[in-house]
Amino acid sequence: MAKINKAFFWSLFAAGGTLTAFVFPVLVLIVLLSAHGNPPEIMGFEQMQRLLSNWLVKIAALGTVALALWHAAHRLRTALHGLGLRADGAVAAIGYGVALLGTVLTAYYLLQI
Amino acid sequence: MAYVRPVSKTSWYLARRSYTVHMLQELTSIFVGMFALILLWGISAVAGGPDTYQAFLDSLRSPVMVVILWVSTVVMFYHAVAWFSVTPKAMPIQRGEEFVPAGIIAGAHYAAWFVVSLLVLLLAGVF
Repeated sequence: MAKINKAFFWSLFAAGGTLTAFVFPVLVLIVLLSAHGNPPEIMGFEQMQRLLSNWLVKIAALGTVALALWHAAHRLRTALHGLGLRADGAVAAIGYGVALLGTVLTAYYLLQI
Repeated sequence: MAYVRPVSKTSWYLARRSYTVHMLQELTSIFVGMFALILLWGISAVAGGPDTYQAFLDSLRSPVMVVILWVSTVVMFYHAVAWFSVTPKAMPIQRGEEFVPAGIIAGAHYAAWFVVSLLVLLLAGVF
């Protein structure tokens, strides 16, 4: 059982790392442009609402946020262990807990759009 | 009893440059997680309606957010380059007796990354 869990968490970690490597740089760039007062067309409310009304986009958005959160939780867990923190149970509970909560909230808000 | 070389549990990654680089790469995940939460914030703002969404866009323009987003941009590009650079080791492809050269596997990822980024920028209306 423990081995299955390990492989399961690792596969989410690897999928999250790959997906975020492909799409996060460009997404951060788009948000950064908006932060500087030059939002691209897609950042308009109506455009964004229309985009997120599409079911394929909803699924992609949920998958992206969820996998990124699991990736970060798992990688930070091992990094904190590497930095000498030995409270692995608490770190795992908080990290995976935030990832799970974030995933549920993302699904909840996407369903409202 | 076998000899065990003493290794610090809290500062081993400072002993060698490659260990330090590894630890920095692991810590890029802080920004990956943080940006995922910013996306969640944006999605919740769209669900909240035009006013809530406008408040979200205004919040992005605060000095603190601008700094966070600039650092995130740099860190995210670093994460991507670091991640794709190890793909030949993480998923070696064997053809017959030979392994596909590392440069081709990593290069294919970089090329795909470039195309995906360009497509997203085009669809977002940046150009």
